[in-house]
Amino acid sequence: MHNAATHDDSKGQYFWVWGALLVLTAIEVVLAYNQVFEAVRMLEVLLILSVIKSALIIGYFMHLKFETALMRWMITFSVVACFIIMYFFFFPDAGRIIKLGVK
Amino acid sequence: MADATLQHDAVGHGLPGEYEAPLFGAYSKKVGMWLFLASDSLTFGALLFAFSYNRIYTNPWPTPFHVASITNATIMTACLLSSSLTMVLGVFAAQRGDRAWMRNWLLATMVFGTAFIVLHGMEWTKLIGEGLTLPGFPKPASAATGELADVSKAVPQFAATFFGLTAMHMLHVTIGVIYLGVVALRKLFLPILGALWLAGWLLIPSDNVFHYGIHALLIGLIVSAIILFLKPKVYDAHDVEVSGLYWHFVDLVWMFIFPLVYLMSTKIS
Repeated sequence: MHNAATHDDSKGQYFWVWGALLVLTAIEVVLAYNQVFEAVRMLEVLLILSVIKSALIIGYFMHLKFETALMRWMITFSVVACFIIMYFFFFPDAGRIIKLGVK
Repeated sequence: MADATLQHDAVGHGLPGEYEAPLFGAYSKKVGMWLFLASDSLTFGALLFAFSYNRIYTNPWPTPFHVASITNATIMTACLLSSSLTMVLGVFAAQRGDRAWMRNWLLATMVFGTAFIVLHGMEWTKLIGEGLTLPGFPKPASAATGELADVSKAVPQFAATFFGLTAMHMLHVTIGVIYLGVVALRKLFLPILGALWLAGWLLIPSDNVFHYGIHALLIGLIVSAIILFLKPKVYDAHDVEVSGLYWHFVDLVWMFIFPLVYLMSTKIS
């Protein structure tokens, strides 16, 4: 666990994180509005940027970076595992609909 | 409590009466909130997957968001990101024992959150007015002939997934603002919430979906009143930190909704 003194000493880092999040958002908007990539590549790039932003929010703003290793791994592993399972349930089926030509 | 002590003594760990160290190195309220957020992330995950699923097999997918909508959504994103910063500063103030600044930072967070809700409400109202509607929901007369009326008929899953996903998020932001209001102002927040509900209900036209949606504030008012009157307490730094976890989670979810829903459906003119 952490204390107030530790937080106050490093308060500046939260302003940096906030600035980084705003800059990443601006990059997303510019990329999307200028159609820099084709659709699938754009989706990949936007998702990568979103994962970076969410890692900053979870790690710093939600303080998960400062929690115990057990807490960090339990939360991260359980949520990511569920999303991977969801991915394998949903997306092959969506692709199958396209291949079968179902309207 | 007595049972826990007895069990602890019986297994022979540590000194008699001493509590075992918490498994996750954190107090129980924080662990509870993390577990709730993990489960809630699956709710949003399912909605985002449903949105993406529909998008993959629907060709062509509508791209109704003009530059005005993207600008609006970008400002909304900036509001949420800024609210996370003020929330962190509120947690610091609470940990210092500075209740005045804790309250000020939480109020600033609520202002950003409210700005997000209002901007989102305006965006919804504009889209509904242009014809992006759901069956059974109130709509103005202009919706029948708006530029998006054909989208609602040809690709009804767009409106369904868009409103379903963003409504769930807007509800979470609203709950977050009420949660922070209870922590920051306690019983003083109840009349403010009541006044907001009444003003919204009386001022928003009946053909606007928020004329009915504003009743979420009434439900929030009732639940908050029950909590505040049945279990009155001064909220400490731990309570503020736990409320902050919820607030940051709301911000986090938007980081995925914004690119997937808005940026991937940008209308280039």
